[in-house]
Amino acid sequence: MAATEHAPAGYEKYHVPDSSSLAVRATVGLILTVFGAGLLLNDMTFGETHESGNAKWVLAAGLVFFIFTLASWFRTTIRENMQGMNSAQLNHSYVLGMFWFIFSEVMFFFAFFGTLFYVRQLAGPWLAGEGDGGRMNGLLWPGFEFSWPPTITPQEAVGGTDIQPIANNGAFLTQERSMSFADAHHWYQWLPMWNTIILLSSSFTVHVAHTALLKDQRSKFNLWLGITVALGIIFVGLQAAEYYEAYVLFGLTLNSGIYGSTFFMLTGFHGFHVFMGMTMLLIQLLRSVRGHHFTASDHFGFEASSWYWHFVDVVWVFLFLFVYIL
Amino acid sequence: MGDHHHGPAKGLSRWLFTTNHKDIGTMYLWFSFAMFILGGTFAMIIRAELFQPGMQLVEPGFFNQMTTLHGLVMVFGAIMPSFVGLANWLIPMMIGAPDMALPRMNNWSFWILPPGFLMLASTLFMEGGAPAFGWTFYAPLSTTYAAPSVTFFIFAIHVLGISSIMGSINIIATIMNMRAPGMTYMKMPLFVWTWFITAFLLVAVMPVLAGAVTMMLMDIHFGTSFFSAAGGGDPVLFQHIFWFFGHPEVYIIILPAFGVVSQVIPAFSRKPLFGYASMVYATAAIAILSFVVWAHHMYTVGMPVAGELFFMYATMLIAVPTGVKVFNWVSTMWRGSLSFETPMLFSIGFLVLFTIGGFTGLMLSIAPADFQYHDTYFVVAHFHYVMVAGAVFSMTSAVYFWLPKWTGRMYNETMGKVHFWISFVGFNVTFFPQHFVGLAGMPRRVPDYALQFADFNMMSSIGAFVYGASQIMFLYNVIATIVSGEKVSDEQVWDGAEGLEWTLPTPAPYHTFEVPPKIEATPAHG
Ligand code: HEM
Ligand SMILES: [Cu+2]
Repeated sequence: MAATEHAPAGYEKYHVPDSSSLAVRATVGLILTVFGAGLLLNDMTFGETHESGNAKWVLAAGLVFFIFTLASWFRTTIRENMQGMNSAQLNHSYVLGMFWFIFSEVMFFFAFFGTLFYVRQLAGPWLAGEGDGGRMNGLLWPGFEFSWPPTITPQEAVGGTDIQPIANNGAFLTQERSMSFADAHHWYQWLPMWNTIILLSSSFTVHVAHTALLKDQRSKFNLWLGITVALGIIFVGLQAAEYYEAYVLFGLTLNSGIYGSTFFMLTGFHGFHVFMGMTMLLIQLLRSVRGHHFTASDHFGFEASSWYWHFVDVVWVFLFLFVYIL
Repeated sequence: MGDHHHGPAKGLSRWLFTTNHKDIGTMYLWFSFAMFILGGTFAMIIRAELFQPGMQLVEPGFFNQMTTLHGLVMVFGAIMPSFVGLANWLIPMMIGAPDMALPRMNNWSFWILPPGFLMLASTLFMEGGAPAFGWTFYAPLSTTYAAPSVTFFIFAIHVLGISSIMGSINIIATIMNMRAPGMTYMKMPLFVWTWFITAFLLVAVMPVLAGAVTMMLMDIHFGTSFFSAAGGGDPVLFQHIFWFFGHPEVYIIILPAFGVVSQVIPAFSRKPLFGYASMVYATAAIAILSFVVWAHHMYTVGMPVAGELFFMYATMLIAVPTGVKVFNWVSTMWRGSLSFETPMLFSIGFLVLFTIGGFTGLMLSIAPADFQYHDTYFVVAHFHYVMVAGAVFSMTSAVYFWLPKWTGRMYNETMGKVHFWISFVGFNVTFFPQHFVGLAGMPRRVPDYALQFADFNMMSSIGAFVYGASQIMFLYNVIATIVSGEKVSDEQVWDGAEGLEWTLPTPAPYHTFEVPPKIEATPAHG
């Protein structure tokens, strides 16, 4: 193989950025954040507050620093693009980066969905005495019967934390009512249904916004993007209401055994992702309204955010199906 | 390739703020070597304790911290970052790209590693000590019964995971988007291919690991019951999630090593790689299969028989593409005009010893037999044959092979050969006897053992000290090369080496292929 020095016709130079302090600043922010979070959690659980009463300040400083660094990072890349430094090839690198980032997020959710399926299909029935290991039911959790949503935890079945000391790391108290459709009193009071409608329509509105942008219709784009962001905010609000309902009215908490664990982790991480996606879209809206960013052919920031939005929407469909309905 | 671009910045800011793939590669390589020394020190403590039966030097609790940190530091700190460093140095040069696709993120991927490991190492000094639940951190050892430092362990894993995910996204984008015109997928050097596939494995399983440690965090601090049967969860669930990550992880470790060997063996056989296409397909097959074999680590937890059988046969299936690879490497050497410089010695060492490790893996894959082998030193012997003689030997081979290209100076060949032979002998003296004590039933992760295992353990410890000491020679050789090695007279360095990186001047300039090279139309591989 031979290398020659002549650029092929039409080759645009790939812009390799100059050295930059962004990465190191982001590192400081990230590490302070996780270190502060670690201190805070240990204070909370293992209770030696006097040792590091500063934990929350470390965490807060880390978060602020991190968020500001990310903001200036994105501002830098946006400027570079507006100054025409990005070749088509470089833009494609960003596309690939976003795509595989979303894929990694899919795999993160996969771990939690896998957990849900494993518990519902295998571990639950086994604990209740089905299959090869069924004898253990009589020895460890006599009287435990499995259903979904569960009506009792193994610990409660045997009469509390003191009776069966194996594998206890707290008191697990089953909820009075679950969030699943089977437990809903009136369909129109059932928040997940409204949330489904909201999120699905928001995927549609963001698509309308995109179409408008492709036709260079700025005000239509702003309008539909604004509607999308509003729907996102409503979703997060309803989710907060749902959590309030769960904790205060249904007795459904993180301590409600495996149902509460899977319910809150799946919907919680999803809700957090909705919040992130909504923030991303909001930033795109502000860019468009205030800075007149984006053209019909160049609007990667918006596109990437909308892919992310569609992704959280798809995750919700699975959540709706497997957490709430089935 | 004119150096019209400015060169590196001066002083510390060059390294802190760099966006250059070569600088970042260099930092990864040095960092991983530092971790190799740290993890090695832990190993020396383990072997010193096991030198004789009875309790010698350390408390049992501390012994457990050592085995745990040794495994974690070696896997996540030494082996993985070393191959990422290699990827950074080589992939752009091998595909004719000016740099990695996303250079600033590249820098970030590196810089979060050192503080991440600092946090992990600092657990040694925390109340209750460092994590002591093994590198596989099974619940409930790592949840209900863990020291408070586990919280920092969890966040350290998150940080390393973020680094790996960003690093592999960068590698995928680079390979998909930055190949010089004419560099089709099936012309890419095998090292690029193996890293390409490894990067997919990484983006697929690192998030699952993140999920696992997140569930641990919730169980520990927020009263969830993912891994607690009392609340309806299951500790075995932890093992499933961990090994869903863990088995692909072992291929994440070994695939880039396969890539290195596939570059080195043809160079010193002066023949193109035998069966290039089959190598690519075998790599892909291994990667895909690696997602459906995880429970071979869990034969003894009480899975239904159907599960045992499925995972047994699926595991055995992996031996087929692996066998294809071994066959191809041997066939590449067949009737080649062989010479045995240090990189070739390490690659042949890899070939012989990795094959032994593959065979013991096959023995372990037999579910009924594994009931005897599981959690014994036989498993320890198996995975050190594949991870040390496999991954580390190939990494060592890579350093000797490309160091002249990177630095423009030749390492000391005699010292390199001595390093190889001491490593080879030291390694085998350490780990071969562990097969025997393992088959005879010596459990792993215990600081004491029955008297009948005494002789073999003493051999193991002596071998380990020898192997450990020989790495100092390696370090010395590398530093001496950089500082005062003899200048390389031939730009090509190795007469049999093929690939774009060898067409560059020696040492490789700070910026390379700012204009993409033209790739000849003829196929690069025979
Ligand atoms: C032919 C290919 C291979 C087969 C069939 C195989 C099979 C196995 C099996 C069945 C076990 C579980 C043994 C037990 O715990 O009882 C095991 C353990 C292990 N293998 Fe492999 N293996 C193969 C290749 C590899 C490679 C390439 C690596 C890494 C580079 C590797 C790393 C490990 C590790 C680290 C463990 C032990 C994990 C632990 O419990 O700490 N194996 N292998
Ligand atoms: Cu495995």
